[in-house]
Amino acid sequence: MNLIEDLQREIGARWGAAATCRIAPRTGVLEAVAAPDALEALCGWLFGERQLGFAGLVVEEGDQQWELRYAFYGSREPGWVQVILRRPLSQRNVPSIVRVVHAADWHEREAEDLYGLQFEGHPRLGDFVLHDDVWQEAVEPMRRSFPSDRLPVERHPRPDWRPRRVLQATGAFVMPIGPVFAGLSESAHFLLETVGEDVVRAIPRLFYKYRGVEKLAEGQPYIDVLLSAERFAATTAFSHALAYCHAVETIGSVPVPERALVLRVFLAELERLRHHVVAIEAICDSTALAVAASQVGMLGEELLRIAGWLTGHRYLFGLVTPGGLTVDLDDQRCQDACRQCGEVLRKLNRLEAMLQQSSSFLDRLEEVGFIASGDALACGLVGPIARASGVARDLRVVQPYGGYDRFAFQAPLEHEGDGYARLRVLFAEARQSLSLMEQVVSRLASGPIHAPPRLEAGAALGWVEAPRGAAFHWLRISEDGTVQRYRIVPPSFINWLGFRLSVEHFAFQDFPIILSTLDLSVAENDR
Amino acid sequence: MSQWVRRGLLSGVRSTAYPAAREAAAGVSPGLPVGGVRAPAEGAALAACCPTGALTQHASELLVDNRRCIHCFRCVRAVAAPLGLSDDYEWAVWGQATQSRRALGRPFHRSVHVIVVDAGDCGACLQEVRQLNNPYYNMHRLGFFITPTPRHADVLLVVGSVTDHMRAALEHTYAAMPGPKRVVAVGACALTGGLFAPSFVSEGGVARVLPVDVEVPGHPPPPLAILHGLLVAVGRAMPTTLGASPLNPVTGTSHG
Repeated sequence: MNLIEDLQREIGARWGAAATCRIAPRTGVLEAVAAPDALEALCGWLFGERQLGFAGLVVEEGDQQWELRYAFYGSREPGWVQVILRRPLSQRNVPSIVRVVHAADWHEREAEDLYGLQFEGHPRLGDFVLHDDVWQEAVEPMRRSFPSDRLPVERHPRPDWRPRRVLQATGAFVMPIGPVFAGLSESAHFLLETVGEDVVRAIPRLFYKYRGVEKLAEGQPYIDVLLSAERFAATTAFSHALAYCHAVETIGSVPVPERALVLRVFLAELERLRHHVVAIEAICDSTALAVAASQVGMLGEELLRIAGWLTGHRYLFGLVTPGGLTVDLDDQRCQDACRQCGEVLRKLNRLEAMLQQSSSFLDRLEEVGFIASGDALACGLVGPIARASGVARDLRVVQPYGGYDRFAFQAPLEHEGDGYARLRVLFAEARQSLSLMEQVVSRLASGPIHAPPRLEAGAALGWVEAPRGAAFHWLRISEDGTVQRYRIVPPSFINWLGFRLSVEHFAFQDFPIILSTLDLSVAENDR
Repeated sequence: MSQWVRRGLLSGVRSTAYPAAREAAAGVSPGLPVGGVRAPAEGAALAACCPTGALTQHASELLVDNRRCIHCFRCVRAVAAPLGLSDDYEWAVWGQATQSRRALGRPFHRSVHVIVVDAGDCGACLQEVRQLNNPYYNMHRLGFFITPTPRHADVLLVVGSVTDHMRAALEHTYAAMPGPKRVVAVGACALTGGLFAPSFVSEGGVARVLPVDVEVPGHPPPPLAILHGLLVAVGRAMPTTLGASPLNPVTGTSHG
């Protein structure tokens, strides 16, 4: 019996009328409409007992009612469950599931800030996406009544706003960092609570770069929203554009041609390879190993140039489109690009061997920024961070999409959960990416690269394993192809929640190293 | 540790010859669409396919506003009579503030300290600025240094569309810099707001908050374009000529 039928039977047996299930005809997603009283128990059972992954919370404001959709995916076998809660619009109080699904913490805080929903039982709401020192209270920009082009919003900010202090001890003080700090960092703010050299905890304050991508998408043609999906976090542009296209293709049941499917694998792995090389460079840089950073940095630039030469854009913009690709790539050029990537990887392997012999480098990574396997599971962490803590989750394996089922590859796994384990995962995944690219070019068959998408009203979730981890794009479009709701759950939004796990009781000089080994994107998180 | 010294020396000199000579390596720039004489119907179709209004047909000529281009490639792939792409990267132009201010000039020729502020960037512009520290570009050889503190900075390099949350931080950074100081805005978002601004949560670019001296188009601009922008800010390179980016009669500005 497959996962979905099994879950349907068991939910029916356990909750009966409090959770009515149906399997959506085209997508095969199990939709369980839960009564408010049953929501927490049902979500907790799926997440805790059945070990499903939490993909995110999608809030939709209908004409009559709120629709909250909690998406879960099988972490060992394919299959999706969406728990749906419906409430009348006047009813703003919603039960919180954060006590049993800790991964939903930031989803609920975000929905409280942007929609004004009150999650009953959530321990900490307020001052999250919309900063209290800039925005007045009770502005709910994601509500349909709020115009996206309102400029400027009338504000009554509180310039006297101060962050909440947690640590109360003799000699304790707070060291603020950011939002502009350290030369070439993305804008984020950290409060390091410290009693001297040792930092007790670090509290991030994000969303300095909140651009309202989800709000701006509403009412736009779906083909133009693709541009935003590609550009809101452009260091992993291809993956996010691909997840968006998956959502559109699921809504319209578009059969993507074989050649486009495998070329998408090629390009996605090229992006992963480049992303990982850049991440490794950042780790070398944070440990002040300048020559290694330069050496790996050269490889990053070489990969950017290969992408620019092959596709016209160094960050792979403008390639993927609903139904396939916008431009066909020449087989010979793909082979040349693959050969050059192989050359880059050969140099990377040599540098890895050298790094493994550099004790001063290893000393700074080992046992730094530790995340335990159980904590990673509870926070729902994804990507290389989770796989370095022994959580074997890779959407390419557990929820296969696109052309990945045609190729053989492994999801590397480490168990130590420290900075060095994360570095090893990055190296191993880079090797797997090249192997996938080689498999693609060895069996490229000619054929069309684009099937025209059909327009249909509907909603669907698209997902990819982006370089930083699982990325989910929820999309609802109307008959004329305008976007009604677009929800992005990028991997960094998920993993920033787990950031605090790795920043408890550490030495101050380890802070940049912890940040670099976690490889969290602020742009991706802030949207 | 000696192995790293050896590896570094064995790599030899990899830095680009730019600005002394043109960089000819493949993949260093995505190029920008090239306008020119077009039949009205073709030009109208091209202008209609551009999502950011970078293309406008004026009489018989199609004009390209480089500052608005986000490299969607629709005008080179999705139309019957596509545009060509340039293979250059010297894209920097003067900003509005240069009417009252000049390039930094001689005292700064070999030592310019740059503070970078991410005011809502997608990550790509910042990554391309980071590439300038890479041996392939090696901005240090030209006397450019990244500094983490505004007190030491001569040039404020801004990426991103200036979100409301970053506005105060950006203004404070600029105010904390000693004079003379110059502002270089990098990337389509910093110039026009790009896809995400102006909106309920962002300004439409840096010029709405600070006086911008040099503008570097591109989404993201390749490292060499950013380097060109820095050289222009100091006075060691000329901005792109008006010939390459014709006077825009629609908006009346001199940089397309």
